Amino acid sequence: MAHNQISPTSAQMGLSRDEELFALREMLLIRRFEEKAGQLYGMGVIAGFCHLYIGQEAVVVGVKMAAKEGDQFTTSYRDHGHMLAMGMDAKGVMAELAGRRSGYSKGKGGSMHMFSREKNFYGGHGIVGAPAPIGAGVAFANAYRENSCVSIAFFGEGAANQGQVYESFNMAALWRLPIVFIIENNRYAMGTAISRATAQTQCHRRGEAFSIPAKQIDGMDIRVVKAAASEAIDWCRSGKGPYLLEILTYRYRGHSMSDPAKYRSKEEVDRMREEHDPIEQVRLRLLADGVSEEELKKIDASVRKIVAEAVEFATADKEPEVKELFTDVLM
Amino acid sequence: MSINILMPALSPTMEEGKLSKWLKNEGDSVRAGDVVAEIETDKATMEVEAADDGVLAKILIPAGTEHVAVNAPIAIMVEEGGSLDDISAAPSSSELTKNTHSEEISTPHSIEPDAAPSSTRHPIDAPEIPAGTTMISMTMREALRDAMAEEMRRDSDVFIMGEEVAEYQGAYKVTQGLLQEFGAKRVVDTPITEYGFTGIGIGAAFAGLRPIIEFMTFNFSMQAIDHIVNSAAKTLYMSGGQINCPIVFRGPNGAAARVGAQHSQDFAAWYAQIPGLIVIAPSNARDAKGLLKAAIRNDNPVVFLENEILYGKSADVPAIEDFVLPIGRAYIARAGEHVTLISFSIGVIYALAAAGELAKEGIEAEVIDLRTLRPMDLPTIIQSVKKTGRCVAIEEGWPQCGISAELAMCIQEEAFDYLDAPILRVTGKNVPMPYAANLEKLALPSIEEIIHSAKAVLYRD
Ligand SMILES: Cc1ncc(C[n+]2csc(CCOP(=O)(O)OP(=O)(O)O)c2C)c(N)n1
Ligand SMILES: [Mg+2]
Repeated sequence: MAHNQISPTSAQMGLSRDEELFALREMLLIRRFEEKAGQLYGMGVIAGFCHLYIGQEAVVVGVKMAAKEGDQFTTSYRDHGHMLAMGMDAKGVMAELAGRRSGYSKGKGGSMHMFSREKNFYGGHGIVGAPAPIGAGVAFANAYRENSCVSIAFFGEGAANQGQVYESFNMAALWRLPIVFIIENNRYAMGTAISRATAQTQCHRRGEAFSIPAKQIDGMDIRVVKAAASEAIDWCRSGKGPYLLEILTYRYRGHSMSDPAKYRSKEEVDRMREEHDPIEQVRLRLLADGVSEEELKKIDASVRKIVAEAVEFATADKEPEVKELFTDVLM
Repeated sequence: MSINILMPALSPTMEEGKLSKWLKNEGDSVRAGDVVAEIETDKATMEVEAADDGVLAKILIPAGTEHVAVNAPIAIMVEEGGSLDDISAAPSSSELTKNTHSEEISTPHSIEPDAAPSSTRHPIDAPEIPAGTTMISMTMREALRDAMAEEMRRDSDVFIMGEEVAEYQGAYKVTQGLLQEFGAKRVVDTPITEYGFTGIGIGAAFAGLRPIIEFMTFNFSMQAIDHIVNSAAKTLYMSGGQINCPIVFRGPNGAAARVGAQHSQDFAAWYAQIPGLIVIAPSNARDAKGLLKAAIRNDNPVVFLENEILYGKSADVPAIEDFVLPIGRAYIARAGEHVTLISFSIGVIYALAAAGELAKEGIEAEVIDLRTLRPMDLPTIIQSVKKTGRCVAIEEGWPQCGISAELAMCIQEEAFDYLDAPILRVTGKNVPMPYAANLEKLALPSIEEIIHSAKAVLYRD
């Protein structure tokens, strides 16, 4: 990638073969799920906004691999990958995308608004920038309860221009909250390239003003993501306060389903897909390590099966009962 | 076994699009997820993926075909090594292509397309548009764009600022072409920082410029509402009349289709409560154009509430060089004797549709389009209610402290003795907007509910 990067040392970077296999499976699950979601959108099963995570899989999977049981994730509307990585059931996510009663929000939330307290997933937010203070609030509760959990908040490089993000940085640093702020820098906010909206495009440098340690890393290489995230999460867990990671990544698809695709060249997209694909990198390493093509095919088949079952479940599921219109407004 | 590949939708409101390109040929093997074709609308492009493995047996719609209906079969796939037997029975491409050009954005709530207010013109409206004026049919999107372009030509202090307004041509394409005509100095793309750029716009207005601030949707104006209320609305008063704020805050407000709770809400009542603001919410292209021009020329802060579902709806707009409508005047969209239906924005479309149904049963409803919510045109409302003695107020927003609540209070203050029945209201339900299609429909006001309420105030069933 063209950006300058600070990478963790290679000693920290290696993943065991089992970890590589795990990473491959998790990333493939997200990719296949998202491909299916895109198709279902075209068929009218999913409606409204639907922001796909294809291309960015290594970010959330790498961070999740570095996290511990009990650590919480908060993100914005490009959230399907985060939910799958957190272990939320593909069926429940797909049913929600379809607006059905067995969805995580009983069909009332949709693609952008899903939550699972059980899986420590705090949304799913439609308003850009919101995950920063909300994630800091979750971290506040962790500190308050002294439960040694770390809150991890993801938001885009476009969202990183929001004032609420800096108010959160300040308070998180002031109160030493256990939170990793993750800027998923995929270079574009809808049709706006980062350099057209951001004076200081090295997003990680924004930690300095708040004395928040920060790193910029290659988010297409899951080894780098996992190593950097481990360092960041350990820092937070040891009570030293927040940490900022700028993770350089790329979305292959349009911003949402309807995207004019005129703000970047097809060549740029193709080049990222062909030369930096996070899944392909792991696949090639595994093959070089002697894992057979058959074994990898089996993983893909098992993932496709999970996705196919999720689609079947979601499309067979009913719409919410009419009485649900008035439930859940107040406790 | 063969499977049809269907024309996909880019958005829930899309009805048709262009099949721009085939990336696979007849006879090619295709894997699930492979891109087989590209489609486009005037707003966006999308790649069509195969959902299953197989062979692309037959292309039904050739590349370059326009107006392909959503869900129309565009190709047939067969299993690898399968036969092409039943393919001759497939419909021809011409049968599948609609030749009428329908709007890309249509209303999801079964509103008749011809329900636009045109039927009956009330005398009070006559001076606005001279008799014999040539009319041009245009969409609300075009009308808004033309209003801004005309005002920008007329006054070099007018500029527009917001997210994706310039290079992207507007998230909903309302600012299409403005960057090309006026350049980047006057058509300004901002970061996603509503609070900041709203404040910057207000500062520029204090200093004498005339900004138009576009919110991608009014949902995001919540981040900037402090500046709208505390800075834009109050400064004239707080400065003893020294510093005014000639600014327009505009963008889509209210429910779109299937975008869930955080992106579907009507803020009309919120802004209409604030002294120091003017609040406008047009229901058709004509009023949108005339009132946006008036808003830009006005020396006060104006909150101009548009509606995404109405952007693609066409109406006749006078081809007058300077078509400016008066702020603060309601419009009688349909005259009637028996009951007054009052609404604004998309609610007027529902009310007119209901009035059409009621007429079949001999009930003549008068439909008042408020157009401006602050200040409200009370004389027109009171005059109508005095005539009919019955009133139903309609709005998409929530009932508590809503526009209809305000209307009912004003009417009972000024026309209590003329009322023959309690005033009723049809509003959005008291819940955040649900995503599921069935619940969303129930959460919004419906034509049936309006008909029901109109009959109730007439004591008919
Ligand atoms: C406060 C606010 N303003 C505008 C929007 C509309 N919007 C949705 S996503 C988006 C772009 C965000 O880009 P980025 O933060 O880089 O995240 P990405 O989509 O690239 O993941 C915009 C402007 C919004 N949801 N919230
Ligand atoms: Mg981005």
